[in-house]
Amino acid sequence: MSNVATFDTRTEAKIPVESPLAYSYRRSGAPAPTAKSRVVLRERPFLGHLVLRGGAIVLDEAVREVLGVSLPGEPQGLVHDAEGQRSVQWISPDEWLVIVPGGEEFELENRLRAALGDAHFAISNVGGGQTLVELEGEAARELLMKSVIYDVHPSHFPVGKGVTTVFAKATVILRRPSEARWELVVRRSFADYTYRWLLDAGEEYAIGVER
Amino acid sequence: MFYIHCPYCGETREEEEFHPKGQAHIARPEDPDACSDEEWGDYLFFRDNPRGIHHELWVHAVGCRKFFNVTRHTVTYEILETYKMGEQPTFTADGGEGHPEGRPSSDAADQAPLREGVRA
Amino acid sequence: MSQPRTQENRLAQGGRIDRSRKLSFTFNGKTYQGHAGDTLASALLANGVDIVNRSFKYSRPRGIFAAGAEEPNAVVQLGKAEAAQVPNVRATQQALYDGLEARSTNGWPNVQRDLMGLVGKLGGQFMPPGFYYKTFMAPASMWMTYEKVIRKGAGLGRSPMENDPDIYDHLHQHCDVLVIGAGPAGLAAALAAANSGARVILADEQEEMGGSLLDARELLDDKPAEQWVAETLAALSGMDNVTLLPRTTANGYHDHNFVTLHERRTEHLADTAPLKDGRRQVRSRLHRVRAGRVVLATGAHERPLVYGNNDVPGNLLAGAVSTYIRRYGVVPGQKLVLSTSNDHAYRAALDWVEAGREVVAIADARANPDGELVEQARAKGIRIIAGSAVVEAKGDSRVNGARVAKIDAEGFRVVGSAESLACDTIASSGGYSPVIHLASHTGSRPTWRDDLLCFVPNTVKGVAAAGGAQAVYATAEVLADGIKAGARAAEESGFAAGEVRLPSVAERRDGAPCALYQVPHEKPTLRAPKQFVDLQNDVTAAGIELATREGFESIEHVKRYTAMGFGTDQGKLGNINGMAIAARCLGRSIPEVGTTVFRPNYTPVTFGAIVGRHCRELFDAERYTAMHQWHVEQGAEFEDVGQWKRPWYFPRKVNGKTETMHEAVARECLAVREAVGILDASTLGKIDIQGPDAREFLGRVYTNKWAKLVPGRVRYGLMCKDDGMVFDDGTTSCLGENHFLMTTTSGGAATVLEWLEIWHQTEWPELEVYFNSVTDHWATMTVTGPEARKLMAEVTDIDLDKDAFKFMDWKAGNVAGVPARVFRISFTGELAYEINVQANYALHVWETLFAHGDKYGLTPYGTETMHVLRAEKGFIIAGQDTDGSVTPEDLGMQWAIGYDKPFPWIGKRALSRPDTARTDRKQLVGLKPKDTKVVLEEGAQIVLDPNHAIPMPMVGHVTSSYYSPTLDSGFALAVVKGGQHKMGETVYLPMADGQVHEAEIVSTIFLDPKGERQNV
Repeated sequence: MSNVATFDTRTEAKIPVESPLAYSYRRSGAPAPTAKSRVVLRERPFLGHLVLRGGAIVLDEAVREVLGVSLPGEPQGLVHDAEGQRSVQWISPDEWLVIVPGGEEFELENRLRAALGDAHFAISNVGGGQTLVELEGEAARELLMKSVIYDVHPSHFPVGKGVTTVFAKATVILRRPSEARWELVVRRSFADYTYRWLLDAGEEYAIGVER
Repeated sequence: MFYIHCPYCGETREEEEFHPKGQAHIARPEDPDACSDEEWGDYLFFRDNPRGIHHELWVHAVGCRKFFNVTRHTVTYEILETYKMGEQPTFTADGGEGHPEGRPSSDAADQAPLREGVRA
Repeated sequence: MSQPRTQENRLAQGGRIDRSRKLSFTFNGKTYQGHAGDTLASALLANGVDIVNRSFKYSRPRGIFAAGAEEPNAVVQLGKAEAAQVPNVRATQQALYDGLEARSTNGWPNVQRDLMGLVGKLGGQFMPPGFYYKTFMAPASMWMTYEKVIRKGAGLGRSPMENDPDIYDHLHQHCDVLVIGAGPAGLAAALAAANSGARVILADEQEEMGGSLLDARELLDDKPAEQWVAETLAALSGMDNVTLLPRTTANGYHDHNFVTLHERRTEHLADTAPLKDGRRQVRSRLHRVRAGRVVLATGAHERPLVYGNNDVPGNLLAGAVSTYIRRYGVVPGQKLVLSTSNDHAYRAALDWVEAGREVVAIADARANPDGELVEQARAKGIRIIAGSAVVEAKGDSRVNGARVAKIDAEGFRVVGSAESLACDTIASSGGYSPVIHLASHTGSRPTWRDDLLCFVPNTVKGVAAAGGAQAVYATAEVLADGIKAGARAAEESGFAAGEVRLPSVAERRDGAPCALYQVPHEKPTLRAPKQFVDLQNDVTAAGIELATREGFESIEHVKRYTAMGFGTDQGKLGNINGMAIAARCLGRSIPEVGTTVFRPNYTPVTFGAIVGRHCRELFDAERYTAMHQWHVEQGAEFEDVGQWKRPWYFPRKVNGKTETMHEAVARECLAVREAVGILDASTLGKIDIQGPDAREFLGRVYTNKWAKLVPGRVRYGLMCKDDGMVFDDGTTSCLGENHFLMTTTSGGAATVLEWLEIWHQTEWPELEVYFNSVTDHWATMTVTGPEARKLMAEVTDIDLDKDAFKFMDWKAGNVAGVPARVFRISFTGELAYEINVQANYALHVWETLFAHGDKYGLTPYGTETMHVLRAEKGFIIAGQDTDGSVTPEDLGMQWAIGYDKPFPWIGKRALSRPDTARTDRKQLVGLKPKDTKVVLEEGAQIVLDPNHAIPMPMVGHVTSSYYSPTLDSGFALAVVKGGQHKMGETVYLPMADGQVHEAEIVSTIFLDPKGERQNV
């Protein structure tokens, strides 16, 4: 749509990049996982994050055409493509979060815009503003119970679910892509606080950080 | 700490995810310039403070960011219902029998004489 | 150290203690021994320690009275190290551990020889209720002095003077059924609920789960009750839908079944949490539980009888006597007199006799006691004095006798003469009060049941009481009640409850209890020996009677006047007796008088548990920009802006000395005015607005016009609420015909986004527009100053020619090789470029600017310099120069008001309200102090006549004030009544120290009024 200014904020040039947790690793360190670690933290930096706004029916067609997955129409839905590399998450009745491998997002936005044509929708690139943090291990759920107010019991939080909720004194998007793994989508400016909180609360589980 | 059902998320969630935004169903006058100073002042500043049924506007701030309405009893703090924007409450203060604090008014006729303050 | 004393009151066998594990502990400096499984109270009783405290007001010696949370006397200070001090610990709830150190909280110089005791001895005449109010009222200024002395005498425990070395946390729990209390009702309820598959949490405040079954006489399935407890707990702990929380008190019941549980995880091990596998353990944990249904299986507290000197050590609750004997193998005396109004209390006498000690007599208030336990007592040859009660205890530091007298059927008068019985222990029971505290936390008032002689909890949605909590006492019935409540709770949560087998319990026939609260004395209440109602707060029957005589008729007023049920006690033992006494004095019934409100917390909670992990560096979320590390490395001082940490100023080291803030800010200001400076402006809120109606929407929420802003241009906008008051401002850029980027103040980002949404969602849902926050996506750096263009030219491919890239234009291009949007907007009044890049690249761009900036004198500046520079230009900060009572007209910003816009934009109508149209409103002006060295105080009040008598009429106040290195003068922004028409007039600012500053009202623009510097 010519009436919206798209902008590729990435460059192919060899420019040093810093993930939202770069400062935190330097400041607080990153304890390596050991055999005793009952929970492991891993950042998946520099992914492509797009916010998709619009009506579900309109967006669903375009998303299926471009990404090959259907838009999760039910609240709290989270779907992945066949490779598990691309996900679409319900955020609100007219909002979805799309996360794709870093570098794909601008092309994806353009293809979605082309597919959506004159429909009323919006796409915002937010990849620089948030990062994905994974938690794995038998103590991951208890660590989350210390941190988020949302019920993370498997009967209430099955695989394929994602919610926006309160994390300590910040907010996160919490997702469960698989039985073993939890994902936190953390805003860049809150990333250091979130990281320090997880290290502190995870100390009793000998939390390790994979880098 | 309330436990509030978000009609858009379809789930009951902790109060910390929400912000209260005051009395519900306060519509902005269509033509503010046609309002007398008194009418405009009434719209701006005057709100109900009932003992009992109260309709409130809340937003699921840490969540879907949608605004919705809550019918709450201001004495027991019981939340009788939540409903989307544009919908009307089922429980109202002038309901007589049925529910101890108000009754579900299911048919449209009951919607008309909603008490002062339920305007939009 | 002296030799440990022997445990003279310890039985050779019995109880649930481990005699093979000896633990040594000290109390008030003396060393004693106890066993694993003891509480501090049971160990003290085993060692024959009579006096554990001095009372709060009268300083009378007090001993252990109860065996659980309701203990009023044995409230101790715990902890060896200073950092580990814990006040207000009930000895009855504190597990014994090796090396435990405890002290009495009251008693000066010590509990045995207490100077304050004299006051208590001399009696109530000197300290009636309201004593403090009446005596220390005047002069008011002396109260602080009085208070210190009173507190030293009273003592409430003390908090540690060093930092707590322990860690604490919170756990957010969710369950279908929360069962509070793991006695027979709670265990049965948990079992029934758990069998349905529901998620169940069972919490119990004691060291061991089992409640009354741990000292019950009954057999369950022909086995000791404790065996059934063990089997049930084993079954429950094997189910993964069940969470068992021992040592966990439900302290507060909040709205919609939100319950706070305080779990003491290491308090039974040591006074600071020991390491576990080399890692720190959480000492205390607050579980924040959202439960579908709550079963209150909190049991009942026994009511003591109120008789003369019922506080002398050696007076105990009847049930506590049984608990100490059966659970801890401790008999707290040699010769017992029991005074009771019911059958159940006979257990104390039976247990006493079975322990091999002497029961002198049982004074039973009922005329014809005949239940099964009564018969058992008779069979053991115990003397039962029917229709009587203990009217007075004898003894000072320990009971040495009891006066027993016949009383009338109503329990109002002594009939006949009293008999003196020699004894060292008096156990009493006036019946049982269900523990209704949690149900009352909701504000629901309990109901008095005349048939049961107690209050039972009223209906609360989602909550059900079971067993003793609703006055069901017989073990078989309690178990059945628990199963019923647990099954129903599960069913209401959507689970089908399975069958749970009830253990068989032999039925027991109990006689009916009688009502007895205050035991009559030969003398009238006011002259009788003190009859204590609330032992912790030293409230007597006479005190309550006096309060009612003085006109306090509401029980809530009686409570406040006498302090009954105050503080950490929350009326556990005394409230019902107190209400009954007040009712009698007022000639009303108990339900007419009603109860006071019980409030959270049920028992004290350590602050650590409340705070959890939200302390020290995790006290609040701190938000950082992508350049934060660079700022830290440069030694920046930081300022909190909302949760953001923004560089405040960058002090340099000059000749080994660090600049003061004043020096650094002056240097930074001049750098911007004379060369080039750079500001990290990433914290500005940024909202991406897309949609065909985006422009229309902007026109409705901003005061100024947006119809003609073309792509590539930027405009300043002002936002009002519908009352016409300014609440935020910022620039918005037109990115495309249907695409805008709005900026907000750093602190206002979330508020503004919510503001846009509320209007869109509630008033104008038909407008096709979406708002998304992109604040964190973009890092923003402002390069500003006369040399800005030269510096930018070195790092960007954007054409910077002044005609190609004009003031209030934006361009896309590369900066330092990174895709960027650059906005020519200025908050300093100088030539300025605001560079926006994706935040992951920001540090690289920032550092590249510095690599090129040295030769131009590139200087980083912080928020303080930003404030000075913008104030010199008269640019407002929403929230500093405005406060929710300032209109755009008050700011003199008529140029930003689209009076003739077609849509009645937010705030427009209010501008013509009589109050907003007044000409004498406070208006924004500049102030030039007459003495240029003076920097006026922000917030200072402005007057027109400094010689006016106090109170002077105040006409306004200073909103922003700084020293300007460019002007070499102090200057300020202020709001002054009618100020826009007072240019050149002199105003005065009287200060707290007596100085009066003089200032001239001037334009808000102190520098470059035509804006030539930014437009080059």
